[in-house]
Amino acid sequence: MKREEIKVCILRVGGTNCDAETQTAFEALGVQAEVLHVNEVVKRRNLLEYDALVFPGGFSFGDYVRAGVIWAKWILAKLGKELKSFVEEGRPILGICNGFQVLVEAGFLPAFEGITPYPEAALATNYPPGYNCRWVYIKHENSGKCIFTWKIPKGRVLRMPVAHSEGRFLFPKEKERQFLERLYENDQLVFRYSDKNGDYAEGSFPINPNGSFHDIVGICNPEGTVFGLMPHPERAFYWWQQPDWTRQMLMPQCGDGKLIFESLVEYLEKKF
Amino acid sequence: MKYRLKVEVSLKPSHSDPEGETAARLLRELGYKVEGVNVSKAYNILIEASSREEAFAKAEEMCRRLLANPTKDNYTIVVEEEK
Repeated sequence: MKREEIKVCILRVGGTNCDAETQTAFEALGVQAEVLHVNEVVKRRNLLEYDALVFPGGFSFGDYVRAGVIWAKWILAKLGKELKSFVEEGRPILGICNGFQVLVEAGFLPAFEGITPYPEAALATNYPPGYNCRWVYIKHENSGKCIFTWKIPKGRVLRMPVAHSEGRFLFPKEKERQFLERLYENDQLVFRYSDKNGDYAEGSFPINPNGSFHDIVGICNPEGTVFGLMPHPERAFYWWQQPDWTRQMLMPQCGDGKLIFESLVEYLEKKF
Repeated sequence: MKYRLKVEVSLKPSHSDPEGETAARLLRELGYKVEGVNVSKAYNILIEASSREEAFAKAEEMCRRLLANPTKDNYTIVVEEEK
């Protein structure tokens, strides 16, 4: 597929944010990116016209009941069949922050045995409590399965901002070890919180900003085509989005978030 | 027949409760001898059902499908006949 033919759909509902930044990131890489309200997608029934789908960040439906759950159940009720076909055909889905919460609540992640009717994980209230907005370091853990990070060498530390109140990744306590092993076995673990040298946070705040189990930042499905993470790669796309750009002698040419968008776009170019 | 479903969703004790801990800390600051606080959400749902059993089954389904995440939440259900 030629790059300019790639079509990405960025979904929007009341309370989502950074949809414009995500669109800008994709357009900067030369692909078509459209921001669509989900009502429009329900009306047009055209989800399968797109090559990739993004659930952006924000506070969809006011984070009522639990962050992401209303959007997850609503879209499954309206577009469940299309969404499942989308995943089964191997078309990529990215969930950023609130989008990650949506994918977990919808049973699209971790999806060890495929999409589940009930969530197998949770993104719970941060520990320590409160909204946390800061730049964090995240270490790439994936061995190449995740199509959103295949360009990033394993072990590389990236820098991106988080901004959330419910980002504490949890598995059911009684299955914690078993599920973690499965993440490793299937190469589904994508990023863990670390310091800038790559030493894991081991739960310590603020290196791990939300108390996530095993310092988990983001995971993908067993096929590597559905990926969710709490930080915002679209807010770390350009070099000038980095917080210390005025103090650096040698700034990199781009922010680390760009690697995620590039990985996806180059995957689509090769695969389809 | 109308039934009122009183559903309470709370965190499983195996998971920490940052909201509860924050409330407990402040209550202690205010001078109360508080040993602990657990935060839960209450939903008061009015539905139509043919029996109390059906109303309870509906409430359980609502918890599984939306109100609770089995990874971290427990729930209790009380069904009352609406007069």
